[in-house]
Amino acid sequence: MSGGVWQAASAVTARDMLLATRRRADVLTTVFFFAIVVSLFPLGVGAEPAILRSIGPGVVWVAALLASLLALGRLFAGDFEDGTLEQLVLSGESLAMLVLAKVAAHWVATGLPLVLLSPLLGLQFGLPGEALWVLTCSVAIGTPVLSLLGAIGAALTLGVRGAGALTALLVLPLYVPVLIFGAGAVSAAAEGMQAGGHLSLLGAMLFAAVALAPWAIAAAVRIGLE
Amino acid sequence: MNFWKYSSPQTFYPLAGKMIPVFAVLAFIFGIGGLYVGFFVAPTDFQQGESYRIIFIHVPAAWMSMFTYLVMAFWAGIGLIFNTRLSSMMARALAPTGALMTFLALWTGALWGKPTWGTWWVWDARLTSELILLFLYIGYMSLAAAIDDVRRADKASAVLALVGVVNVPIIYYSVKWWNTLHQGASVSLTRAPSMAESMLLGMLLMALAFWMYTIAVSLMRVRAIIMERERASAWVQELP
Repeated sequence: MSGGVWQAASAVTARDMLLATRRRADVLTTVFFFAIVVSLFPLGVGAEPAILRSIGPGVVWVAALLASLLALGRLFAGDFEDGTLEQLVLSGESLAMLVLAKVAAHWVATGLPLVLLSPLLGLQFGLPGEALWVLTCSVAIGTPVLSLLGAIGAALTLGVRGAGALTALLVLPLYVPVLIFGAGAVSAAAEGMQAGGHLSLLGAMLFAAVALAPWAIAAAVRIGLE
Repeated sequence: MNFWKYSSPQTFYPLAGKMIPVFAVLAFIFGIGGLYVGFFVAPTDFQQGESYRIIFIHVPAAWMSMFTYLVMAFWAGIGLIFNTRLSSMMARALAPTGALMTFLALWTGALWGKPTWGTWWVWDARLTSELILLFLYIGYMSLAAAIDDVRRADKASAVLALVGVVNVPIIYYSVKWWNTLHQGASVSLTRAPSMAESMLLGMLLMALAFWMYTIAVSLMRVRAIIMERERASAWVQELP
């Protein structure tokens, strides 16, 4: 019986990954958005290296937040329109596991590129080597939390007019803790302090989100399909 | 007396109608008493002078803003789990008042901050988390307003309210730790160390007044929501 759930979940992940590789433009949009937003800040605040170094962690993190928000629109919308989501609900397997599988695939497609790109963007802001490493780690731990929390908002606004802006309104306040500890870890590392505490708290959030968010996402998907 | 019979909109509607004047009068009495104590009995603060008297609005509004969110999430959760119509209506009725209280707390806080700290706004943990609470209220109301189907709007906003409740303590502590990391003691937020008894009395009276006001206004709003949703039913048609 338990084999059934794993099989179904891995099938969902594999399918979504395949879809992501077939629609590379979607993935690249998120990545370029991330890079462009980060690059706009030096143009806005000036190229003073000291200022850039102090705002760098926050800028990269806020941009990662917005990029992951931008990607949420594609998480459920396509499957909602063509009825795949309904089939998942009707499949009889645990919906929480299936949506977790979907979110996992979504993170690999849209969150992982942000992780890989973030040290490069940190370098643009003159962050030292240690801080770049911490930045990569914090984005790697933090973006799955963003995907999980964002999936709740995306599922709640299924088929609602103006869903994109509404999702932002619902989800961004919930992103605050991730932003604080993500950017906090990098700032601490840049100032030569230990970043371990921040990263541990981010990790705690990740475990809490993996344990709790799928239930909320599943409930929201069911409500959306009524 | 069967208490549960009031869980239907039809029986609750007249009950709420009877309760509203009671709570409104109580709000008025407590408000007059609290303002009297606040303005004429409570002594002038030796550090802040007269400007501290905004505490009699500020603190009750901040208390109500947080408490109302919990009550709202409670009713939303009951409505989601037991599928009771009135609970969802109650949650929807509480949200605007809660948002108003949050806004009042922020606004009076700014007015208080200017003369005492010399600035309208500081990124203090309490201020920041209150601001995020306002965003949560606005998100809840926007989601409820964006979905046309009433039942779906109730359920979806209930899920959001519950997610918010889980997140509020996390947000509060993260903002608090962030604040201690980022900000030195440039602005001291510690209030007068010991509060005169008449000050405390005034604040409690005002808190009671805010409670009564919130209950009265929410009941009025829930009556309006009942009217709107049940307008096609026979009992509403028969109302005088």
